[in-house]
Amino acid sequence: MARFIGVEEIEALAVGAAVLGTGGGGDPYLGKIMAQEAIKEFGPVTLLDPSEVPADALVVPVAMMGAPTVFVEKIPNGDEALHSLRRLEDYLGKKAFAVMPMECGGLNSTIPFVVAARAGLPIVDADGMGRAFPELQMETFSVYGVSGTPMVITDERGNWTLLNTVDNAMMEYIARGVAVRMGGVGHIAEYPMTGDEMRRTSILQTVTLAIELGKAVLESSKKKVSPLIAMEEALIKSDYGKPIILFEAKITDVDRTTAEGFAKGTVNLEGINGSEGHEFRVDFQNENLIAYKGDQVLATVPDLITFIDLETFKPLTTETLRYGFRVACLAIPTPPIMRTEEALKVWGPKYFGYDLPFIPVEKLNEGMIVNGK
Amino acid sequence: MANNMYKIGVDVGGTNTDAVVLDQYDQVISAIKSPTTSDVQSGIFNSIKKVLDLSEVNVKDIAYVSLGTTHATNAIIRRKDLSKVAIVRICLPAGKGVLPMAGWDESLVQAIGGKSFLIHGGFEYDGRPLSDELLNYEECLEIFKEVREEGYDSIAVSSIFSPAKDLHEKEFARLAHEYLGEDFPVTLSSEIGSLGLLERENSAILNASVVAVAKKAANGLVEALEHLGITSKVFFAQNDGTLMSLEHAIKYPVLTIGSGPTNSTRGAAYLSNLKDCIVADIGGTSTDVGILVNGFPRQSALAVEVGGVLTNFRMPDLISIGLGGGSIVTVAGDDIKIGPDSVGYQIKEKAICFGGEILTATDIAVAAGVAEIDDPSCDPTRLNSLDPSLVTKAMDKIEKMVLEACEKIKTSPDPLPIVLVGGGSVIMPAESKSVELIKPEHFGCANALGAAIADASGEVDGLWPMEDKTREEIIQTAKALAIEKAISMGAKQDTTQIVDLEAVPLSYLPGNVLRVKAKAAGALQL
Repeated sequence: MARFIGVEEIEALAVGAAVLGTGGGGDPYLGKIMAQEAIKEFGPVTLLDPSEVPADALVVPVAMMGAPTVFVEKIPNGDEALHSLRRLEDYLGKKAFAVMPMECGGLNSTIPFVVAARAGLPIVDADGMGRAFPELQMETFSVYGVSGTPMVITDERGNWTLLNTVDNAMMEYIARGVAVRMGGVGHIAEYPMTGDEMRRTSILQTVTLAIELGKAVLESSKKKVSPLIAMEEALIKSDYGKPIILFEAKITDVDRTTAEGFAKGTVNLEGINGSEGHEFRVDFQNENLIAYKGDQVLATVPDLITFIDLETFKPLTTETLRYGFRVACLAIPTPPIMRTEEALKVWGPKYFGYDLPFIPVEKLNEGMIVNGK
Repeated sequence: MANNMYKIGVDVGGTNTDAVVLDQYDQVISAIKSPTTSDVQSGIFNSIKKVLDLSEVNVKDIAYVSLGTTHATNAIIRRKDLSKVAIVRICLPAGKGVLPMAGWDESLVQAIGGKSFLIHGGFEYDGRPLSDELLNYEECLEIFKEVREEGYDSIAVSSIFSPAKDLHEKEFARLAHEYLGEDFPVTLSSEIGSLGLLERENSAILNASVVAVAKKAANGLVEALEHLGITSKVFFAQNDGTLMSLEHAIKYPVLTIGSGPTNSTRGAAYLSNLKDCIVADIGGTSTDVGILVNGFPRQSALAVEVGGVLTNFRMPDLISIGLGGGSIVTVAGDDIKIGPDSVGYQIKEKAICFGGEILTATDIAVAAGVAEIDDPSCDPTRLNSLDPSLVTKAMDKIEKMVLEACEKIKTSPDPLPIVLVGGGSVIMPAESKSVELIKPEHFGCANALGAAIADASGEVDGLWPMEDKTREEIIQTAKALAIEKAISMGAKQDTTQIVDLEAVPLSYLPGNVLRVKAKAAGALQL
């Protein structure tokens, strides 16, 4: 059922998006304020269930791409992604029925709300990553055969370009270069598709999930109780699996490599609260990728690995991790659509340079599914 | 400084105004505490007078006075005497998506009476202009006209990527002074904060709103010092543990916000003669634990709120726990609870050892023989009826609470000594089995001491593309800029060095863009 998303839901969405952001995806703070301001000015946004979109209706994911650090300095005008959408509509000769997020983790969970509020369009409750990923071809739309182009990218000055590429990997490669020349950030409309294609290739009800997860975290920080039970309830209703606390531990070292232009590194941890005497490790590359207990693999990408601060119960981004933080390492099994053979080629451990097979986190931790603790 | 050999440090806290006199070797000659007054100034006057009398130092031999104050914070929190601010964002054709003061508390917006102007200018991360190389003068003139007609007291100006390139902010300020007068207060965001336009702009607006209050306070202070016959230089403590000149403090008073905890950390380090240590400042109600790295408090990575406004001030990274000398101890079966409730500064009426009826952390420490209280109204025999096993358990708990907070703030697993300061540190033993504890002499006046011994500093934060420069070259450029800034802030050239450096590539952006933050500091040029 369609419902309205107002300022308060956006507050929760931003927190939930940080949980689904698995340590990356950019801090949703400025995006949150932009969405809230747009809603205050133009009114609440209609969130449509995927089932409510007509079969042939045009659905367009909108987003920002580039460096979040630039985004928070060179504040956008708020109409760039809408401009991309309009130019894409011109090219296709068809009006969009609705927009949607391409990514439900991090900053990009909020951008479609800025567009939707301004354009008076509804948002579809679904996305193409189910978490945060660094590249545009890493979307379920792409995996299941939707072309990312025609795509439009616009900057704050009004420069824009339309891209048509032979495949989605080339779209990512060329668009990334354009974003650099645009000053580090570009605002995009991509993967135009029909209602039927959207239902076939998306991860469903992820906006609702992010809002529910955010509410769970905000409630628990207020009451100082674990958010896990409320999170579990929200996740069970979705296509994701039951969350697992892999371990509770104290960060003993954060090793950040500064090579290759990636925010790459490793977090080393020492067990606490029942995991005493064990050493843990999480590798990240913008997002958290692999969690280990000693040499044993506990979870791998694309399953979600997120650190939750044990004091505030809020999700932590990789940039804020430091020695001494006491954290719970939360793993969330990704939906089946993210785990097929063709999907794992795009975002399995091998894509990120690990000689590891993908084994679902619930299998890796069979018998240790715990709740609350 | 042949004849001018002494320094005075003053720290204005919520309860006490502390003052110290140091000799040329930074040895403490005298130290006092006197109550903070509601007008602040008379409290400062009293404490300086007292500490000077006690030291028997001739006022002619004072090299400088440095102050840690709370004027700016109080004005913002109380929404009192704030200036009417014109807010200028140099950003077009970008920057319209979130307007200035978005998310602010309505009462503060009212108190500032702020109006926003967006004009063309600003730069990309790589230094290319967003609009033109030059500002649009007509747009500026229109603002000045309105400022004059509408009676704005102060301007806050921010431009995109100004921490890396402040050209447009500086040009705007130059024009403003030409049209509105040399003395018209203009706050430049690049002087205040790092990357993140909204937070930096917020900080600039807050600053612009308190310049009048700060100027009045500073003038009053100079007058008070003249009354005492002190005509030496005056410096103000900043929240990053360094000093700024009186002239700079009048222009950028918000930089004093949060200087208290920084000063105590620096003071503790000095008293213990350490450059790398953990400092636990134990007061009556709470304990602030900070960490000193290479002589400076490590700064928080998280955004800091002042008066409900998100800022990007350079605040020290602190962990606060609700444990202090006045913390109330409650026992329920085997469970002992200490804090967060406290009798606060009423300890001399409420604590059992002082004849009161509430069991406090101080009582536990006195009963355990850890605290020796030099006050005739304190009688340890009043605690004779306490169960010794309770005292042992409660002492263990106090120690555990402090040590856990200390463990949490550490940046590496290597052991670090812990320095205990603050009036409430009597509740901690001077030794521990697991870590090195240091309780230095004069632990009560670490704040004022920290203000007196501080250096001057300069900081840069910018993004550099690595297309035509190597990583090493970029870092060298940033270091040179930081040193230049420190010298312009009053540091002596030959003592100035880089104290902090961070170089991280940007995430999600190819082409290897490096974000470099560098900070330099050096002894004051007198």
